[in-house]
Order: sequence, then C-alpha cells, then structure tokens
Amino acid sequence: MVQPHPQPSTLNPRPSPPLEVRDLTVAYREKPVLWDVDLVVPPGQLSAIVGPNGAGKSTLIKAVLGLIPKASGTVKFFGEDLKAARSRIGYVPQRGSVDWDFPTSALDVVVMGLYGRLGWFRRPGKKEHEEALRCLEQVSMTEFAHRQISQLSGGQQQRVFLARALAQNSDLYFMDEPFAGVDAVTEEAILRVLHELKGQGKTVVVVHHDLETVRDRFDHLTLLNVQVIASGPIEHTFNEESLKATYGERMALNL
Amino acid sequence: MLELISQIFTDYTLRNVALGAAILGCVGGVLGSFATLRRQSLLGDVLAHAALPGICLAFLLSGSKVPLVLLVGGGLAGWAAALLMLTVLRYTRLPEDSALGVMLSSFFGFGIALLTFIQHSSDANQAGLDKFIFGQAATIVASDVVTMTVLGGLALALVTLLYKEFKLLSFDPEYLSSLGYPTRGLGTLLTSLTVVAVMIGLQTVGVVLMAAMLIAPAAAARQWTDRLGKMVVLAALFGAFSGVIGAVLSASRENLPTGPLVVLTASVIVVISLFFAPLRGLVWQWVREVRNRKRIRLERILLDTHVLHNHGELSPETLALRRRTSLQIATNELKQLETQGWTKQENARWLLTPAGHQRAHQLEQEMRVLPRLEARGVVSPTAKRGGA
Repeated sequence: MVQPHPQPSTLNPRPSPPLEVRDLTVAYREKPVLWDVDLVVPPGQLSAIVGPNGAGKSTLIKAVLGLIPKASGTVKFFGEDLKAARSRIGYVPQRGSVDWDFPTSALDVVVMGLYGRLGWFRRPGKKEHEEALRCLEQVSMTEFAHRQISQLSGGQQQRVFLARALAQNSDLYFMDEPFAGVDAVTEEAILRVLHELKGQGKTVVVVHHDLETVRDRFDHLTLLNVQVIASGPIEHTFNEESLKATYGERMALNL
Repeated sequence: MLELISQIFTDYTLRNVALGAAILGCVGGVLGSFATLRRQSLLGDVLAHAALPGICLAFLLSGSKVPLVLLVGGGLAGWAAALLMLTVLRYTRLPEDSALGVMLSSFFGFGIALLTFIQHSSDANQAGLDKFIFGQAATIVASDVVTMTVLGGLALALVTLLYKEFKLLSFDPEYLSSLGYPTRGLGTLLTSLTVVAVMIGLQTVGVVLMAAMLIAPAAAARQWTDRLGKMVVLAALFGAFSGVIGAVLSASRENLPTGPLVVLTASVIVVISLFFAPLRGLVWQWVREVRNRKRIRLERILLDTHVLHNHGELSPETLALRRRTSLQIATNELKQLETQGWTKQENARWLLTPAGHQRAHQLEQEMRVLPRLEARGVVSPTAKRGGA
C-alpha cells in the first residue's frame, strides 16, 4: 500500500483508462449478482452507476476494489493491477456500513484516510492531523472536528466519510451512494467537492439512486441491472429506451 | 482492608494472586475493548468455554499438570473454536447467536465429558483439573505470574504496535481492506490475542466467568470516554483494579473464591459507570431530561405571559384564564418566572423584565424560523436549540 506508483508515460499515445472492467461476474451462492460486466470509465469525468435495488451497484464497486471475491473477470486501474494502483484509489463506503457510536472523533476518522500512506506500525502525528483538518475544511466540517461521530447528523457523517477519502489524495474515487438521505447543505458540499475533483483531472465513480439528478450532475453513465444495460456519455445513455431496459417497462419517467 | 492491601506486598500467596488477577484484568480490558467494539464479545465466551476440552486433552496427552502445558492446550482449543466459529458464520446461514450457543455448549460439553472421564480414571495425578471451570487463584505461584506477565506483555506489545490497524479494523474493516491491509489476517491476529487473554484468566477466573473479564472493564470504560485510546487505557485500569480488589476481598475471610469476587468487582464498576459516568450515565441523562422539560415548560409559560403583557393585562387571573389553570397555579407560575429573572412584581402588578422580553422575542424567532430552515436543510432537526 506504500509502493510509489509509476507516472503515466508521456510516450504512451493513449493512456490507460482509470478503470477498465472485463467479463466481471460475481455470484452469491447460486445466483449471479453481476453477470459479465464490461465497463470502461473515461479519465477526468464524473461517472454514475445507476440501477434498481439489487442491481449490484455496490457489489460492483466492492468487487472492483477486491473487497468481495470475483467469480471471474479482470479489473485494471490506469492499466495496472489493483495492488499496484492501490495508492491512487479512494473509497467512500455507504454511511450505514459502520457503527457511528464508535469512540472516535470526526477528525480521527479523516486521519484514517492517511493510514494507507503511513503504512504499517507508523502512528499519525501532527502533520497528519493538519492534513485531515484541511480535508474537513473542504467539506465545511471544521467546527465539528472534535465531535464524537455519533453526535453528527447523517449528512455530517457523510461529509466526514468524504473528507476521509479526500485525505487519500487519489486519482480515482469510488463513492457508494453519497447522496443517500443527506440534507441540502451536505448535498451542496458533495457537489462542490465533485467538481473540484473533476477540475483537478480526477475521476469519480458514484453509485447513485436518483434518476432525476443524474443528467445534471454526471458526465458519464452506466446503467446496471446485474448486466450492464448501457454505458457511455450521459447524452447517449440517458434515454427512455435504456432506462426501460434497466428498470422495466412500467417505469414512468419525465424526460 | 488497608491492612490487607499492605499484605499484598508481604504475603506471598496474596501477592501472586493479586498480581495474576491484575494482569488478567489489564490484558482482558485491553483486548475486550476491541472485542466489544467488533461486536465479538461473546466470541470471547465461546473460546473461553472451549478452553476446557483443550486443557483436558493437554493433560491426557502429556500426563503433566504444569500450568503452561495446560494453558497452551486450552489456548489452542479456544483458538480453534474461535476460527471454527468465524468460519461457520462466513459460510453458513446460521444466525450469529445460534452459532454461538451451539458452539459454546458443544465445546463445554465435550470438556465436561473429558473431565469426568479423567476423574474416573485411576490416575491419581488428575486432582484439580476441575478447578479450571471456576478458577482457583490460590494455586497461582510465582512462576505462573511470570508466565502470565510474558504472555500478557506480548499481547499488549502487539496491540501497541498495531494500534492504528486494530482501530480501523474495529471501526471499518472494509475500508481497511480498501487501503490494502490484510484485514482477515489482522482480524485473526486480534482474535488470537483475545485467546491469550483467556489463557491468562484460566487459573484465576476459570472458563465460565472469563467472558466477564473481557466484557465488563470495556463496557464500563466506554461509558466514561468517547475516544478509543482513553477507553482502552481505562478498561485496563478497571480490569487491573478489579483483579486486585477481588484478590484482597477473597483474602479477607475464609472460603471466599477469588475469581467470582474479581468478576463481581468488575460488575460493580460497570453498574456505577452505567449510572454515574458523565455524558452517558443514566443518572445525568435523567437529570438533563428533567431540567430540559422544566426549561421548556417555563419557556412556554413565558410566551403566554409575553402575549398578555403586550396587551397590558398581565395578572395571575388572566394567565390562569389563558392557560386554563387555577389562579393558584398561575400565581405560582409567575413566581417561577420571577426566579428566572423574567418577571417582577411592582405595586402588586406583574411585569415582564427586559430579560424576559428578550428571551420571549428570541423564542418567538426560533419557533418561527426553525421549521422553515429545517425543510430547506439549512439546520438539522437535531441542531441544539439555544440554551436558556
């Protein structure tokens, strides 16, 4: 996790995409959750993964990050294996995946984003705390730095998770439902951060649930329902035909 | 009591027992903190019970009653049980509590069966193995204390070294994985260290009560702090304290068992912590609730008085009418507001003080603004209202 990553070669005429998934299949027991997924995420864009409940959106992210085993398939990040590219990948898990009554502060959680860079045994020090504070500032959470995390609202907790990923200072981010159940302030903060990241040329892959906002917020869209229904620039993929193919015929949509 | 505590330094047996119990409490508190935060405190119970067949097998195979041999046997069995337990949870659909129940009782049952078999064999050397069920601290000698110190020191050193990794493992294991750390390996290591804590406790509290030494100090410590580092240190202190006090209490009179008294001391600390710890203590929560309720009731009355005052007709009679209460209650309420400095009596007439005016205005503003801002998400509904 501490290996320095090679700089992309300038001689290479076509740099490898941030994320390239080939033939990915994931199965829980007999039923496949993801079937033969092919996916290429272009660099420097905000990319959404959208689909109905149980479509395998979170599973896709987790399988790609090696958090759950794959039945088959290959995943490349910037043309490299996960192990080599690890330090260039940031992750924002679902807020509900942890126990917020854990005895720790918001700042402490953000410092955890630096554990990968710190490596084995080394403890975070003053430098790490300052860096974490800067990340909290980016999501307008400075004043809550020393709060116990259970005393934060859901939206504030989500922003802490986002700040933790920012501390990783990655080139490619995966965010699992960051907009789920958050207040307007948090929504604005997340959008602001997304655009900052895009401005820095970083790539963000977001699992999203709200069809109404997809078109305004993202450049690239993957419609997923166990298989990839459509994947490409939003203006090509966000149409009635592919949405019906993803959600079923009865899906009513005001395009 | 003081005399007994001073005996710790002079009495050979008491010193060893107190030291053994203190080391157990300290190591149990530290590892128990992580176990409870990982929601694995009952796993500690399983592996403690599973140590019994291990002890018996170690005796059957080696024929020796050297504590270290028996402890290693118990530890290995506990370790196997913990791994088996985690494997069962990972690969079957058995709910966690069922898996725990089955595992615990089958290992313990197997242990009792082996123990009975050994006791009825003609081996004269076997006497005393049953002491591991409830522990018998009096049998601890200086060499046992050395063994415990080495084992415990090793476990604590590893926790210190891997504190950062264990912390994230307990809070968000998936994220730890995403950073490239071997989460499963770290989890197995932490569970193995819990086995070491159990090994230390086998002689003192025995397999049945051991889980309490993992859970109780950690549960008590959690009440006093919101930081993992402080919690771990506090749990170690609570555990060590329980060990010493339990040992001293059991020495104060004939026929008082050490292990159960150590556990009882730890339980008393838990009860005290649950009730009286600042912030999380039930008593303070209750006091805060009562105060809040009183404050909100007074604020409600203030708003009524404010309206009456603005119409120039503030009196106990009008207040009673408006609030549909008796004259006596209304007079009382005005007096309560007076103690807050919100109202005053002048020439037998009731008036709102400037402070009362200000507070009433402030409250009206808050009432008016809050719902709208909440709907827009500008303030969260949980945001604290301005205190009185």
